[in-house]
Amino acid sequence: MMKSPVEVTGLTVVRGGRPVLTDLDLRLQDGVTGLLGPSGCGKSTLLRAIVGVQQVAGGSITVFGEPAGSRPLRDRVGYVTQAASVYDDLTVAENLRFFARVLGAADDRIDAAIEAVDLGRYRDQVVGRLSGGQRSRASLAVALLNDPDLLVLDEPTVGLDPVLRRDLWQLFHRLADRGAVVLVSSHVMDEAERCDRLLLMREGAIIADDTPAAIKSSAGADDVESAFLHLVEAAA
Amino acid sequence: MSTRVTMAVAVRVLTQLRRDHRTMAMLLVVPALLVALLWWMFKDAGPVFDRIGPALMALFPFIIMFLVTSVTTLRERSSGTLERLLAMPMGKLDFLLGYALAFGVVAALQSALAVAVSVWFLDLDVVGPVWLLCVVAIVDAVLGTALGLFVSAFAQTEFQAVQFMPVVVIPQILLCGLLIAREDLPDTLHAISDVLPLSYAVDAMEHLTRSSSTGEVWADLAVVAAFVVGGLAVGAATLRRRTP
Repeated sequence: MMKSPVEVTGLTVVRGGRPVLTDLDLRLQDGVTGLLGPSGCGKSTLLRAIVGVQQVAGGSITVFGEPAGSRPLRDRVGYVTQAASVYDDLTVAENLRFFARVLGAADDRIDAAIEAVDLGRYRDQVVGRLSGGQRSRASLAVALLNDPDLLVLDEPTVGLDPVLRRDLWQLFHRLADRGAVVLVSSHVMDEAERCDRLLLMREGAIIADDTPAAIKSSAGADDVESAFLHLVEAAA
Repeated sequence: MSTRVTMAVAVRVLTQLRRDHRTMAMLLVVPALLVALLWWMFKDAGPVFDRIGPALMALFPFIIMFLVTSVTTLRERSSGTLERLLAMPMGKLDFLLGYALAFGVVAALQSALAVAVSVWFLDLDVVGPVWLLCVVAIVDAVLGTALGLFVSAFAQTEFQAVQFMPVVVIPQILLCGLLIAREDLPDTLHAISDVLPLSYAVDAMEHLTRSSSTGEVWADLAVVAAFVVGGLAVGAATLRRRTP
C-alpha cells in the first residue's frame, strides 16, 4: 500500500480532563480533503494534532514520514487557525513581510500571497480595521507564503462572500494540483461538494472517509447533509 | 538560532510600537517626567535627589519594560500568533531575543532621555562616566523585559499579568537599597536582597554617582546581565510548541 502523506494511528487527545479524540485512525490522501462535522466535534483538535501544536495523550501522527510538528516539517506545513493569527496593529503587507522573513520566503511571494486572497486593495490597511473575513484572508495569505506541501486550514471560508468562497476553493484545488496536500475543515455541509475527499466527523470519531459521491451513494442520499444524518442514525 | 528571524521579530515589534503613538510617547517621556517630579519634591530638602535619583533611573526602565513586555507577550500568546510562529521554523530563543532587542532599543532611548534630563537640567551629580549610566539603565530595562517574558507564561489574562508586578517587582524595590541601605537590613532580608537582580542594578547606579572607578559597576552589571540571560533561558523553557 502506498504511504499516505499524513498517517494518524490510535490518536487520543484529552482536553480539560475530557477525551476529545479517542483512538482515532486516519490516512490522508492527496488532493483537497474536507473535514466536515458540527462545531465542537473535535475538528480543530485533530487539525492541531496533525500540525503538531496539540498535546496528545497517545497514538502517533506522521506527516511525510516525519513525526508531526518535528523540525523538518516546520517549513513544509502551513497552518491557518480559525481565529485570524495575524497582528492587528500591522498592515496586511507588514504582517506578510514579517512572516516571510521568519519563513525565509522571497519578497515576491508577499505580493503573490496578497493577490491570491484578493487583498490587493487593502495591502496597506492595518489588519485590526479590516472586516472579519478580510482578517481571516490575511491570515490565510501567511500560510501561502512558502508553498507548503501540507496546508491545514481550520474553517477558512466562514463568513465569506460566496464569490470569494468559490475563488478560495479554486485556489485550494490549484495548490493541490501543484502537489500540495490540502486539509480544510468546515461545519458547513454544502462545502462538501467542493472536496476531492471527505472526512465526516462527529463526537470525536470519523464516521465516513471517502469521496463525496461514494459517501452519498453508500448512504443512498442526494446530498452530504442527508448522508451524514443517515450515517448517524445507522450507528445509533 | 537565526539572526534573520531575531531581526525580523525585533523589526516587527518596533513597527507595532511605532504605530501606537500613545504607548511610544509614554515609554519615552514618563521616566524623564518622574525623575523631574522627584527632583522637584526634594528641591528644598538637601541632597536627597542626588542620593535616590540614580536608583530611580535603574527602577523606571525596569518597571516599565516589565509591564510592557509581560502584556505584549501575553497578547502574542492569546492571539494565536505565538502558536503560529512556533509551528514555523522559529527558535524559541530567536523569538525572545527579538523582543529583548526591540525593547532594548526603546530602553536605550528612554534611558538616554531620563539621564539627559537628570544630568543637564536637574544637576544630578554623576562622578562616573554618563554613558555608563545609560548602559546600566539599558541593561536594567532588558532585565525587566526578561522577567516580563518569564511571568507572562504564568498569566492567562492581561489582568493577571499586571498583578505579577506587586509579586515580582515591588519586593525588589523595597529591598534594593532605595528605602534603607542594604547593609542595615535584618540579616535574612539582606541575604535575600543579595540574590535579587535589582539590588545590583541600583548598586551600579550608586557607584557611578559617587565614584569615578568603574570596576564595581561592571561587576554589578555582570550580575544583572547573568539574570537577564537566566530569565531569557527560563522564558524560552516556558514557551511550548505543544499546548493542551
